[in-house]
Amino acid sequence: MVGIVSYGAYIPIYRLSREAIGSMWMKSLGKGEKAVANADEDSLTMGVEAVLDCLNGMDRTKVDALYFATDSPPYVEKQSASIIRAAADLREDMLTMDVAHSLRGGSTALKAAFDAVKAGSASTAMVVASDSRVPAPNSDLEASLGDGAAAFMIGDTDVAVNVLGSYHLSSEFIDVWKKPSDTYMQSWEDRFVRDEGYMKVVPQTVMGLFKKLEIDPKEVAKAAFYGPDARTHAAMGKAMGLNPDQIHAPLFDSVGNTGTAQAPMTLVSVLEQAKPGDKILFANYGDGADAFMLQATDNITKIRNKRGIKGHLASKMMLPNYGKYVEIRDLMEWEQGRRPSRRSSLPVIWRERQHLFPLYGQKCKTCNSIQYPKQRICMYCQTKDNFDLIRLSDKTGSVFTFSMDQRAMEVVLPKVFSVVNLDGGGRFYSVMTDRDTTKIEVGMKVEMTFRIQLEGSGLYNYFWRVRPIRC
Amino acid sequence: MESLKDKVAIVGMGCTPFGEFWDKDPVDLIVDAATEAYEDAGVTSKDIQAAWVGYTSQDTAMTGIILASALQLQFIPVTRVENACGTGAETFRGAALGLASKTYDVVLALGWEKMKDAGFGGIGQAYPGKWHPVYGAAPEVGGAVARYALAATKYFSRYGLSPEEGKRLLAQISVKSHYNGSRNPKAMLRNRITVEQVMNAPIIAWPLGLFDCCGVCDGASAAIMCRTEDAWHFRPNGDFITIKASAIACGPGWGKERMNYEYTTWEETEAAAKQAYAMAGITNPRKELSLAEVHDCFSVAEMIAVESMGICEKGHAKDDIDSGAWEQGGEIPINVSGGLKAFGHPAGASGGREVYEFYKQFQGKAEDSSRQLKDVKMGLAHNQGGHPGNFVCGITIIGEPPSRS
Amino acid sequence: MAESIRDKVAIIGMGCPAWGERWDADIFDLITEASFAAFDDAGIGPNQIDAAWLGYYVNDFATTGLVLSQTLQLQQIPITRVENGCASGSECIRGAAYGLASKQYDLVLALGYEKLKDTGFGGLVTSGAPGKVYPMYAAEQGAAPGRYAMAATAYFRKYGLSKEEGKRTLAKISVKSHRNGARNPRAHLRREITVEQVMNAPIIAWPLGLFDCCGVTDGAAAAVMCRTEDVRKFAVNHPHDYITIKGFGIAASPGWGKERVDYDFTYWDATEAAAKQAFAQAGITNPRKELSLAEVHDCFSIAELIGVESMGICGYGQGKADVDSGAWEQEGEIPINISGGLKSFGHPIGASGAREVFEFYTQFQNRAEEPSRQLKDVKFGLAHNQGGFPGQFVCGITITGAPDV
Repeated sequence: MVGIVSYGAYIPIYRLSREAIGSMWMKSLGKGEKAVANADEDSLTMGVEAVLDCLNGMDRTKVDALYFATDSPPYVEKQSASIIRAAADLREDMLTMDVAHSLRGGSTALKAAFDAVKAGSASTAMVVASDSRVPAPNSDLEASLGDGAAAFMIGDTDVAVNVLGSYHLSSEFIDVWKKPSDTYMQSWEDRFVRDEGYMKVVPQTVMGLFKKLEIDPKEVAKAAFYGPDARTHAAMGKAMGLNPDQIHAPLFDSVGNTGTAQAPMTLVSVLEQAKPGDKILFANYGDGADAFMLQATDNITKIRNKRGIKGHLASKMMLPNYGKYVEIRDLMEWEQGRRPSRRSSLPVIWRERQHLFPLYGQKCKTCNSIQYPKQRICMYCQTKDNFDLIRLSDKTGSVFTFSMDQRAMEVVLPKVFSVVNLDGGGRFYSVMTDRDTTKIEVGMKVEMTFRIQLEGSGLYNYFWRVRPIRC
Repeated sequence: MESLKDKVAIVGMGCTPFGEFWDKDPVDLIVDAATEAYEDAGVTSKDIQAAWVGYTSQDTAMTGIILASALQLQFIPVTRVENACGTGAETFRGAALGLASKTYDVVLALGWEKMKDAGFGGIGQAYPGKWHPVYGAAPEVGGAVARYALAATKYFSRYGLSPEEGKRLLAQISVKSHYNGSRNPKAMLRNRITVEQVMNAPIIAWPLGLFDCCGVCDGASAAIMCRTEDAWHFRPNGDFITIKASAIACGPGWGKERMNYEYTTWEETEAAAKQAYAMAGITNPRKELSLAEVHDCFSVAEMIAVESMGICEKGHAKDDIDSGAWEQGGEIPINVSGGLKAFGHPAGASGGREVYEFYKQFQGKAEDSSRQLKDVKMGLAHNQGGHPGNFVCGITIIGEPPSRS
Repeated sequence: MAESIRDKVAIIGMGCPAWGERWDADIFDLITEASFAAFDDAGIGPNQIDAAWLGYYVNDFATTGLVLSQTLQLQQIPITRVENGCASGSECIRGAAYGLASKQYDLVLALGYEKLKDTGFGGLVTSGAPGKVYPMYAAEQGAAPGRYAMAATAYFRKYGLSKEEGKRTLAKISVKSHRNGARNPRAHLRREITVEQVMNAPIIAWPLGLFDCCGVTDGAAAAVMCRTEDVRKFAVNHPHDYITIKGFGIAASPGWGKERVDYDFTYWDATEAAAKQAFAQAGITNPRKELSLAEVHDCFSIAELIGVESMGICGYGQGKADVDSGAWEQEGEIPINISGGLKSFGHPIGASGAREVFEFYTQFQNRAEEPSRQLKDVKFGLAHNQGGFPGQFVCGITITGAPDV
């Protein structure tokens, strides 16, 4: 039977408290906080994190398809899934696809992946949903929108969560939208959207699913579904005939509403606690709705080696104030830099693709030394053109020395330059991100993370940085 | 292979004051330095048969034409050499090899840099070696300060200095340089500073603060050179100097990627010093050198360079600094000029400026008499470009000419 | 007194892998391919090299000599970057020759390279003018095609050529270069073209059209050199068929041609001066007779025409007669750009000067890759290499020849 064989998730390390937002605008926004992507993160990089979490312990060479769902793609024209595939070092001969333009993209992609595996066109497919939507300052959405990602691996062997069936509904209902020229998303009066949108479309779809599968709502162990806020979410569950203890609330007060990623992240959170045999309702909203009935198998307890929601939630750093949020989310027009603009070069990126995206280093076949970046002649023994490739993106290492540059071209200062000796050999010179500058020391352990290294020549230039091991 | 020792002489030198010269452009700097050197040697542009010009920034000029067009040199060979901040040493070496090959009789070596037209403080970004848009490009992986700061962190960690102790040690170096520079009329930064000021200055790249960094400035230095047998013609009194050694060592780079790079030694400086001492016949630099001008773009650069040249044992700089061994009255005066720190560092000009310091000291012409060293025989000019783990180092040893044969 | 460099220095190995738009190759690849081709040709290993001179122009992708040591993992040897615009290739060979002639080094590498196709646009990077950059004045006065086109216009007018006649004369030069390049497997542009195609090609800068312009190319060329007396010691592969340096000429123009009323744009003054130096050193009095071939810096068709005249290979204003009579063709009196020239072989800036020498080296050794390209009785070859623009040139001329002439 086709189903989920692995899951993963990602929550950025920074959190902004509602109190900090409230004190900026002199209004009371209550308790809670939201997850905020770092300046070097976007939906694509968070997608890579979730995919890598999902791949932990899995065979990445078996993946035949990758679907990337987001409402905040880095490029309007240019696929993101292909970059995620490369960064995650998935095979080249596979299907990649971006699913965008709807909050429902994650579940729709999941349906496509289930169908692809069922049809035999892919033995294993991956779905990743990620969003980093920037709300307008001082808007109602500002306190609620957060950033995060979730990923699933779909297959037909060692299935941890079976798919019992699904039900889909398309609706012309307009609630949120964003034109290419818009900086921020737009919406209508919240009461209209709630009453005619969430409260009707999602319950209607779930009821259709129950009816189709002849399942009584009482059989549901946990339900993971999209909702714009805690109150509406609870009301939606009630409208589906669920009791409060059957409803797994999204992480409204700790992560925020992560858009395309919200329902998938909620599902990951459910799966982290699910028991074999649990029936799980998964429903998602956006221009209609998708509903799935899932059931955990005995395998569910064998794939808990992920950081997932639980791990990432526990690992956090609070943004000290709203100003730091403005800075890392680039919400102001800044002083124009006087230094020459940064450049990039497509032929270079193409030539170095194996070394930039999946971060392959070389291992000298003569002296066995691992080295980065790409060499023609060995740094250590000077043998020419005699290397094997070796992936470094999954290595950990320790800081050999570091400096903290206050004047570098970087949003978050100081820029921490780190010389890292990799475990198992090799040295990698890198920028340290997601760090607390008071805790950096020689010898500290770090891991790799895929980030926006710079914007040059009009491109997002993605590359690997290091960060203190998160959890 | 033969040693270059004493084959080539410097018979005239010029050096502009170093500083922020908003009113001067590259042509002004070149003309001022060359004119002083011409007058000192008693030559004119027409006597120059070939020239080597050094500068690093390609934004303000390209090729050797800049020198020809500034000095209106008429169709002589002008070669631009560039080895980043080690470019100055290269101009002398190019000129010396041209002379020693007997292709030319009288040549000009000139280094200059116009840094204050850039529109920002600090230095522009250039990545020694191959540029890489994502991995190695300087703005992404650190300008000079951040790169040198890596070495400071490691030096502290390796030799068991707390950040406070380490920073204090480096501060003493900067205090010395400013003290020397304050008495040097051509120096850029002529204010004296205290250890506390250095310690409390704004951090540029931890652990280096503002006063650990040299002055970014404009300037030029020039030398008129000939073969030693012809030098008496220009300076019958014998008050010229000869080149005892001209060494360049280009590292393979990759220190920041090589597991065996320690960050507490400048490998290229070690190699260049070895070449230079062999050429010059020096076995005990600490005793034999009357002074050393060391490439102290940052305080930590001076400390590690002095150790790497064997003037001080590795890990023992603290003893030397605490005892004042590098001060003017100490065992071996380091950067009696004020160094890059206080004299300033127009990238392409510094290597020549270091030689100029020895030249004036040897002639007994230090501009402020309190700066004048006694019994000056042999001097070392250490000049390097790049970053820790990725250096090109030039060492020029100059000294008293051999007795007339 | 100065003496000629003639026959003091030998080239015992060269490498010049095929040039072109190398999307697959970066600087490291270009350097590795060319230097190992030269090492293999000479029969030496990279660790035998005592010093190196490296020529390149674009500062955006590399600075200093470190790019060479980084690529070849050379361990702490002197590497000097020389830059004289499009004449950087000549400078690296000249620097190497002085290093040898001065007896400082025994075995050295000279390498020129350029990676031009990583920029994202056709044509050349505009790094500013040679000499000082005047932000409003000179820097905006035109890139290379526009600057050379002024000379074409002036030439046509001075010698009474109609636009049609003038363009047709230039077209014949391009047709010849392509015919030569078509038979050269290492060349970038390898198809023959017709005069009509050249005449009808899109205008780039009137009167120069697309086919008056050379290829923008990636490539490298390298030479392994030693003193002539050491050839038997190092050149196991070439104990006899090596070549020697007969003379160098380098002339940097003061650069004010376009501002001086006495410059008429119909001759290259730096080329005249460099040729005079080089012919004197080589002992050549009648270049048209004595040279077996000349590789001329034909970044544009007009550059070849005026370059040949300025070296005295053809009388001033007589270029058209020579072109019409076929004197510069392979079978003609003096083959010009038998390689295909910059026009067809390509022009990776820093590499061209060394590539021109490579053509002579290959012809001398009877190793032209295609027999129909092979010249007979090859004794002296001239490589003409220039940077800058009409009125503001630095020119490098390298004359090489058979060891026994």
